[in-house]
Amino acid sequence: MGIVTMLGLVLVVSVLMVATAFGLWRKKTDGQMKSIAKYAPIPVADDDPEVDVVTASAGDHGGERLTAQMLGSALGERATIVQFSTAFCQPCRATRRILDEVATMIEGTNHVEIDAEAHLDLVRQLDIRRTPTVLVLDSRGMITKKAVGLPRKADVIAALGEVV
Amino acid sequence: MSSSVICDPQVEVDVRGPRFAAGITVVVLAVSLLTIGTAVAAVLLTIQTIVFGLGAFVGLKAQPYGIIFRKVVQPRIAPASEFEAIAPPRFAALVGFIFTAVALIGLATGVTAIAYIAVAFALAAAFLNSAFGFCLGCEMFLLGKRAFSRSVSV
Repeated sequence: MGIVTMLGLVLVVSVLMVATAFGLWRKKTDGQMKSIAKYAPIPVADDDPEVDVVTASAGDHGGERLTAQMLGSALGERATIVQFSTAFCQPCRATRRILDEVATMIEGTNHVEIDAEAHLDLVRQLDIRRTPTVLVLDSRGMITKKAVGLPRKADVIAALGEVV
Repeated sequence: MSSSVICDPQVEVDVRGPRFAAGITVVVLAVSLLTIGTAVAAVLLTIQTIVFGLGAFVGLKAQPYGIIFRKVVQPRIAPASEFEAIAPPRFAALVGFIFTAVALIGLATGVTAIAYIAVAFALAAAFLNSAFGFCLGCEMFLLGKRAFSRSVSV
């Protein structure tokens, strides 16, 4: 073995294996358009008449509605594609290109890009963890789909197809 | 983090350059991790820290692995088709610099556990960058801002 340590060897192999597994998982899930479950009110199981309903789990943004004021931009007539971006984000530029093309192609859809750093309260409210994050809103501004990571153009068009 | 370290967002580079540099980094860090406790690791980590530091604080043009890419590899391959801003690779170099500097401190003070951990993390990030094109440091950036910045609405 000479200068190579057992611990070092174990670490190198483990790190590369775990990193590969993670990398493959990311490649698979990146950019996938996920449907947001509809807002499902869960009645609180006690007798307090004052308590109304409890929202679904923190990860579920069902029922969340974004307004033009929150976005700083008008909603699209039929749908809005909201993109969260940051400065150090190369996939965000590629995403911007794709979404611009799709919004131009499909009438009544607006592409709104939001600088995550300048809208941290929105980022926290919507639990945005990575950029690009793409939200597809219907004509009322309800969030119907979410994709984290660079989306495929065909997936964006398909997602819009379900919404308009 | 202010953008004073990462200046000139207009400058673009061939995306393959940073990926190539990350590839060399993977080899250097892997060998370092294998040989922690010996002079080999100390020398390699010192070199890597300087390389990261040049990339982060001086610029990508000063990054030695990038220079190798431009002088040796680029003339032999197809012209660049995809470009990226210099900010993400420079930020990644800054994060790498911090990790390898910490590893060197671990080696210098005899707390090799620190060196093992720091190099393992740096290796993981460099590997993900080189093999999959991910910039983990860049992703940490938003999470950090979310957690530590007061709410700002512009």
